[in-house]
Amino acid sequence: MSAAAPPVQQPVVGQSLGARAMGILRRRRFVLLSFAVIGIYILIAVLGYAGLLPDFQERVGESYEPPSWSFAKLLGTDIFGRSVLYKVLVGTRTAMTIGLVVAAISIPIGVGLGAVAGYYGGKIDALVVWLYSVITSVPSILLIIGISYVLGKGLVSVCLALGLVGWVGLCRLIRGEVLKHKNREYVLAARLLGAGDGRIIFRHILPNVLHLPIVTASLMILGAIKSEVILTFLGVGIQDGDSWGTMIQDATGELAQGIWWPLAGVTFAMFAIIYALNVAGDALRDALDPKLID
Amino acid sequence: MIAYVVRRLLYMIPIVFGVALLVFALFSSVGEDPVRNALGPHATAEAIADLERKWGLDKPLPLQFVDFLRQIVTFDFGESYNTGESLSEIFRRGALVSLSLTVPPFLLGIILNISIALLIAYFRGSWLDQASTVLFVGSMSVSYLVYIIAFQYVFAFELDWFPISGYERGVDALPYLVLPWIIIVVVSAGPDIRVLRTVFLDETRADYVRTAFAKGAGEGSVLFRHILKNAMIPVLTHWVTSVPFLILGAFLMERFFSIPGIGDTLINAVNTGDRPILMSLTVLIAIAYSLFNLLTDVLYAYVDPRVKLS
Repeated sequence: MSAAAPPVQQPVVGQSLGARAMGILRRRRFVLLSFAVIGIYILIAVLGYAGLLPDFQERVGESYEPPSWSFAKLLGTDIFGRSVLYKVLVGTRTAMTIGLVVAAISIPIGVGLGAVAGYYGGKIDALVVWLYSVITSVPSILLIIGISYVLGKGLVSVCLALGLVGWVGLCRLIRGEVLKHKNREYVLAARLLGAGDGRIIFRHILPNVLHLPIVTASLMILGAIKSEVILTFLGVGIQDGDSWGTMIQDATGELAQGIWWPLAGVTFAMFAIIYALNVAGDALRDALDPKLID
Repeated sequence: MIAYVVRRLLYMIPIVFGVALLVFALFSSVGEDPVRNALGPHATAEAIADLERKWGLDKPLPLQFVDFLRQIVTFDFGESYNTGESLSEIFRRGALVSLSLTVPPFLLGIILNISIALLIAYFRGSWLDQASTVLFVGSMSVSYLVYIIAFQYVFAFELDWFPISGYERGVDALPYLVLPWIIIVVVSAGPDIRVLRTVFLDETRADYVRTAFAKGAGEGSVLFRHILKNAMIPVLTHWVTSVPFLILGAFLMERFFSIPGIGDTLINAVNTGDRPILMSLTVLIAIAYSLFNLLTDVLYAYVDPRVKLS
């Protein structure tokens, strides 16, 4: 073989939507940082379930010690001398669980009902539209309180309540997009080739609207995290104390005594994850929304 | 137009029916047994039966639901389990308080947020735009609870500029309301301005903007005379649909500042199991929401000649 092989003509490869999105996201450092923060929070939640987080019930010092340079007392201690940092970490587990479970409940319902309503139209569409009109007419906080009363208070019912209310916006978006897509030529082509309804919806139309649930997911997660804190604060959320809402509730009285660190700790923990999710949501929209592609 | 409005009003019937069904299913079991709650542990069986009959709780559930529907249709909602007061009286009193809490910051917020968003759209891409994005996303990342707690602590407790909590009827309510107003304005700034900025920036890409520039209009003139007018449609939807929820009040605010509005009434009703208040209030809010949705669509056709109601 000769040393100089003839140069191979590179075929022109179109960039897939996903590859293009990755390219855009990778270039923005702040966005990468946000994804890293989200990853760390998920890791903390996983560690929590593996039993690897330090026990927040344990006393690590005196009552109400201000923050100091040791790991357990980085955010000071609470009234019982327990580490505020450990409590924040356990709260992180609860918050991330709720965020992810709520998204896992809402997204399939929203995508499924939206696709079916948009595709079939007629009575099915009328029923789905009626269902989400009813749900949006009721202030969501009342709906969530009602559902969590019916199901009994606690983590599971907060997840279910937020999940059963949270799908509406996504469903509306998906329905609208599927309505537009179902009369396009590629759908007609698929039908002429003998594809059934299920195949057309799942294999042909849904991949074209999949950016919607991805972008919505981060907003859903942050919405659920914020709502859980308020529900727990009102006494209808998490009951066993390992929630940021409980910590904020305790902090209300403590602030007047000059004990600022528990509130500061929770606020910072919430701030970081919600900021990261906001940035991630915007970045995903910029990268994935076909309308924004020039 | 009239046919459209009538059709939409008729479509409200299945929706209100659905809301009533949902509310009835959810709230029939809220809290403890209201009859036992009202009469205490030593009530005789006879007294319990009497009260159950008075409240219609002796009937089977489907009939109770029919009673509830009748209340909605006649707008006669009966009375509270706890105080025996008529619900219309409770709503009227609470709604006035809630509106005095939510309407002023709502109006102020519209003016303030549109101005700031226009300013940001004017300086789009500059350091001001970027700094404001960082600031407003940051402001959206702090829990509503923390705003209330921190503002109440700093401005009412430490600095003593405002009373910590409480409420009085009439004009005397003013000092109690100013701090909650400020908090509502601050909290609404982040999300509102971000929505508005996107709306304004979307408009800057439209053809008519290029035309306006081409015929020599200045940046300011394009922004105020062309973009602002055209952007009113999404802006209108953004705000009109949130009007019904103003009646609900800012329930967290009402709780922290002891303001006896609708939101506070509702949360109390949840805690005490006062089902008539919960159920009828929710239905009323749903009716208001549907009406305002209709109003938005009609206004849409009014401000945008391209929109035809059909």
